[in-house]
Amino acid sequence: MQTLIENLVNAGTFGKNASVVAAIVIFVLSAVVFLGVAFPFAGIVSWVERRVWARIQSRVGPNRVGPNGFLQWLADGVKHVCKEDIIPDDSDPTLFKTAPYLVVLAFVLPWAVMPFSSSLILADLNVGILYMTSVTALTVVGVLMAGWASNDKWSLIGGIRSAAQIVSYEIPAGLSIFPVVLMTGTLSMQGIIRAQGWAPQHWFLFANPFTFIAANILYISALAEGNRTPFDLPEAESELVAGFATEYSGMRYLFFFMAEWGNLFIIGAIITTLFLGGWQCPHITKNVVLMNVLQLIVFNVKVLALVFLSMWIRATLPRVRIDQLMLLCWKYFVPISFVDMIGTAVWVAIWPDGNAFMGYIMLAGAIVVAVLFIQRVIFYLRRSRMEMYFNPTI
Amino acid sequence: MSTLRTEEMTLNMGPQHPSTHGVLRFVVRADGEVMREAIPDVGYLHRSIEKIAEKVGYHGFMPYTDRVDYVCAMFTNQGWGSACERLGNIEVPKRGEYCRVIAAEFNRLASHLLSIGTMGMDIGAMTPFTHAIREREMINDLIEELCGARLTFNYMRIGGVAWDLPPGWREKSNAYLDHLEPILDEFNNLLSYNKIYVERLANIGIITAKEAIDYNLVGPNLRGCGVKWDIRKDIPYSVYPDFDFDVPVGNGHWGTLGDSMDRYMVRVFEMKESVKILRQALAKIPSGPVLAKVPRNFKPPAGECQIRVESARGDMGWYVVSDGTGYPWRVHVRTGSFAAMGIIQKLSQGLMIADLVTLIASLDVIAPEIDR
Repeated sequence: MQTLIENLVNAGTFGKNASVVAAIVIFVLSAVVFLGVAFPFAGIVSWVERRVWARIQSRVGPNRVGPNGFLQWLADGVKHVCKEDIIPDDSDPTLFKTAPYLVVLAFVLPWAVMPFSSSLILADLNVGILYMTSVTALTVVGVLMAGWASNDKWSLIGGIRSAAQIVSYEIPAGLSIFPVVLMTGTLSMQGIIRAQGWAPQHWFLFANPFTFIAANILYISALAEGNRTPFDLPEAESELVAGFATEYSGMRYLFFFMAEWGNLFIIGAIITTLFLGGWQCPHITKNVVLMNVLQLIVFNVKVLALVFLSMWIRATLPRVRIDQLMLLCWKYFVPISFVDMIGTAVWVAIWPDGNAFMGYIMLAGAIVVAVLFIQRVIFYLRRSRMEMYFNPTI
Repeated sequence: MSTLRTEEMTLNMGPQHPSTHGVLRFVVRADGEVMREAIPDVGYLHRSIEKIAEKVGYHGFMPYTDRVDYVCAMFTNQGWGSACERLGNIEVPKRGEYCRVIAAEFNRLASHLLSIGTMGMDIGAMTPFTHAIREREMINDLIEELCGARLTFNYMRIGGVAWDLPPGWREKSNAYLDHLEPILDEFNNLLSYNKIYVERLANIGIITAKEAIDYNLVGPNLRGCGVKWDIRKDIPYSVYPDFDFDVPVGNGHWGTLGDSMDRYMVRVFEMKESVKILRQALAKIPSGPVLAKVPRNFKPPAGECQIRVESARGDMGWYVVSDGTGYPWRVHVRTGSFAAMGIIQKLSQGLMIADLVTLIASLDVIAPEIDR
């Protein structure tokens, strides 16, 4: 999109104030994306998560507001706006008020480099993936700020836990990006996607065994960074009441959770871009607009599948303890990530253009595992009460 | 470089903390995430139930006993009823005793389901809780048919039970037990054998058999330490000698003998034993009256008695002193949760804050039972 506008500017479409107009157009488009896509997405995900969660727990879930409860997220938003914004007397008001905005900032900034399709990207930075990981890490500042400023011991523990967790898991997450960067030689989101193909055997997930492991480590680390179960220690409600958000109320409280739900999309987008071929789809038409729409659909389907996976994980797994969390990170993920990086470097040195044969073998292995898994799921579904799970209208 | 000055943090956990199962309070002295100790503070739910007994008479006290432990109210009913019967030398009809055992064992199932469900929730797994509650609701439905109440049952009377089993209830109960048994295995697959879950529970809060006896732990908490002591077997009461069942004890299979996982697994296995007892009781139940003739103005002869029943939380003792009037002179209830609270201070030393939550859950402490 940036390139599109630059082309228009260079062609003299906007006259002599071209750069100003271009800047305004970019601002407006960014605002539309942030407000029109990011926030409603976070809201809708909250509803979807509650419905999915309810099905897994053999409950019904929210189904009153709008068709099948679809407007529940708007109702919740209105409720939170109407609530009193309580700022504790003994808190540090400035920090207390700022913290939620930083968390939301960490959630909206990555959308700038979100590669929805081959031309639908706000800014195709040449350091795209680096930018993505660095701005998402901004969450830790907000969370730590919230924990400290609340002047509440539970909040403080939650904030410190979060800081330790996010900073630790940045390392395996960052290291897991390296294999892909080594193979493509670029940090740009579009560049990484263009290096892959639409068929699964051309995805980096199946490029070699090291990238496969890296993808899994990156996904787990991203869950930990996004404070998702089984790593939701900072807000562990059974231990820390609500962790860093204990003292918050109203809209500020909602901001934290909006960021958490929105981060699901960002986690999915990072994995999709790096390992699942991004928006790549077969060239079935010459029409650029239609092609972009197809790419948009492909990208979103992949991301939403990952979002659903994280909801599933959240509904199933218990929470780990803080020492187990750190042990997992430093004793397993960090060394494995280093091995991955070196392994990929060796692999690239031996087969600079990739090994197509390996791609097919790994894809076949993945299909076998997937079939076994689906069989298992069907086995359990048959034993359960199906009518509870497959009637979407209640 | 000067040493970093650190200090201990005193945390107040409860009485309005989400995972303190009612209104418990702990004063936690913590060094970061690691606890120095957690000092339990009891008394937030004290309702003078023992004193009320001295004012309302023998029959009138029965509904109040439900409130001693509202998660398994049948056992408190049974304890009070048996104590009065012992004082007044009343023979309970055989069918009445069977009804009592059936109701009580269903209640044990409900209580253990709640216990293991909340255990999962305290560790962060929300799904097992709703699944456990779903099964517990069906037991509540059955008990509701039996006595009209779902939580505070008031089902038993001095001399038997208030109502006979409704028509068709035995078939319904058997059908429910058929439904429950596979669910218990599914529950184990879902939660008990989960890697994260086992890691969280194994080797946490280890109680040796000697400590458990010294601290007067009872029920699953005691059996989790490998001590095979069950009032139903060792001091048989009611019609329990008629039934064939095992007493599961902890074996340290997942970690160390007497850790949280052992206590949890003892509860899971006890549910299977309860199912076994229920099947036998539903098959063997004789016909006849369910309630002995007891005068409305019940005045037992002067004397005292101590009754022990195996509640879901272990040995529950009812001590009643009668002075020959229509009102007991003194009533005392000895409950398992109070003893379990005593050992928390010792066990909590050196654990992490997250483990305190699982420790409380594994001891299956119920707030009203601590204070009465």
